[in-house]
Amino acid sequence: MSNETIRVEELYKSFGDNHVLKGVDLAFPKGTTTVILGGSGSGKSVLMKHLIGLLQPDQGRVLVDGDDIAQLDGIELTSLRAKFGMVFQWAALFDSMNVLENVAFPLREHRKDLSEDEIRSRVADKLALFDLRGVEQKYPADLSGGMRKRVGLARAIIMDPTIVLYDEPTTGLDPITTDYVDEMIKQAKSSLGVTSVVISHDIASAFNVADYIAFLYGGHIVAYGSPSAVKESSHPFVHQFLSTWFRKN
Amino acid sequence: MAGQTNNAWHALVRAPFEALGNVVLSLLLEVGETALLGLGVISWAVRPPYRLGLFLQQLEFIGVGSLFIVLLTGLFTGLVFALQSSFAFATFNAESLVGATVVISMTRELSPVLSGLMVTGRAGSAIATELGTMRVTEQIDALSTMAVNPIQYLAVPRVLAMTLVMPLLTMLFNMVGFFGAYVVAVFQAGIDRGTFMGRIHQLVELSDVLGGLLKSAVFGFVIALIACQKGMCAQGGSRGVGLAATRTVVSGSVTVLVLDYVLTTIILTLLRERSF
Repeated sequence: MSNETIRVEELYKSFGDNHVLKGVDLAFPKGTTTVILGGSGSGKSVLMKHLIGLLQPDQGRVLVDGDDIAQLDGIELTSLRAKFGMVFQWAALFDSMNVLENVAFPLREHRKDLSEDEIRSRVADKLALFDLRGVEQKYPADLSGGMRKRVGLARAIIMDPTIVLYDEPTTGLDPITTDYVDEMIKQAKSSLGVTSVVISHDIASAFNVADYIAFLYGGHIVAYGSPSAVKESSHPFVHQFLSTWFRKN
Repeated sequence: MAGQTNNAWHALVRAPFEALGNVVLSLLLEVGETALLGLGVISWAVRPPYRLGLFLQQLEFIGVGSLFIVLLTGLFTGLVFALQSSFAFATFNAESLVGATVVISMTRELSPVLSGLMVTGRAGSAIATELGTMRVTEQIDALSTMAVNPIQYLAVPRVLAMTLVMPLLTMLFNMVGFFGAYVVAVFQAGIDRGTFMGRIHQLVELSDVLGGLLKSAVFGFVIALIACQKGMCAQGGSRGVGLAATRTVVSGSVTVLVLDYVLTTIILTLLRERSF
């Protein structure tokens, strides 16, 4: 068994005439945090949706623990997804449910052995982890953007997944909450040992949390390695993208 | 120069055929996607977990929520239909047929079709809007990532509830429509109540009612499928959600009318074969 939790091989994806991914090769080592950086519209979200089987490749493969997810039937895919937790860009909380129901949702779906008291206690523990107390009865519409994102994080890890995907986790957050979310990502890795995949265009956050950075440009991974290695990349766009930011900061 | 004129001429001739072809293709695509969702609903409906709570919620939303509009439509359909019939039949002294005519027309056609159109407008558009909003805010993707099948969680309860509720609403439509027709025929047009009821007893058969209820169940299944398909495939933010609701009402209404013709043909053919 290799050390890779997820492996992407020669992945192609187009939407009509828009060729978004043109042969992406990428591996995500077990227990590490990989940040996929890239400009707006570079296909980061498309790549992430392939990792969990929300999109099917036109060509190429996505292997999760050795299983080609395009070859799995509905039931196999559903059970494979139990390994994942996903934090969406705008949290994607169910607006017809309150915070307690949202965070408890995966437990109520998949852990029929748990009593209602145990579920409530686990939800309270996860919410406390993200400094959310007394919000159980609130609805998503009553929460701020940062709180919604933290509730989304709590929901993503309530089942103790082995892989957590973060779609732009710091977008729209103030600097303090951004730092806080970064710490949560690092804590999820260190305390739960999860493999994290983060897509972002927030360079500060990327360099803060990443073990590896992959830079997506023009449908290809044009730079990959440790943050310091990517910082020294000679690819013109990566160089321009990073140097512009480092110059301003 | 001649070549350019030829090309322009070809383009001019080709354009309407291309447009027609695109319309046909998109229609086939829509029908195909809805049919695939139908197969998905059937296959997921028989697999556990069975979501009784969600099913009951949808029964309440579609059934109880549509009750007022369906009853109102039924009452006024019965009132107007009886009024028109009594005037028309009076010209050749056949007022005794008013009750039977109204009841047969309502049970066979008007109740299932008008109930279908009302439910499409109220519940169908609401389903498309709700699911469309869930799609564009990634709530449906979130369901998938939490290893919950969106078809089983969202579409199955709605489709089953609407399939069950439509015959019930249609039967209530029949009842209030009959009541309206009775009031107009007996108290306004002065038709003898014994004659009114006697002709109904003589001419209306159980198959008239059952045929209408069967049609309404099929309408319910198809309307819910269309609404779920449009909602779950919505894209492009709030505009896409609005478009999904509009398309549900248009496609749902047209489908009810087309299906009504197809089902009526089948039912009448079966009844004719049985009577020979």
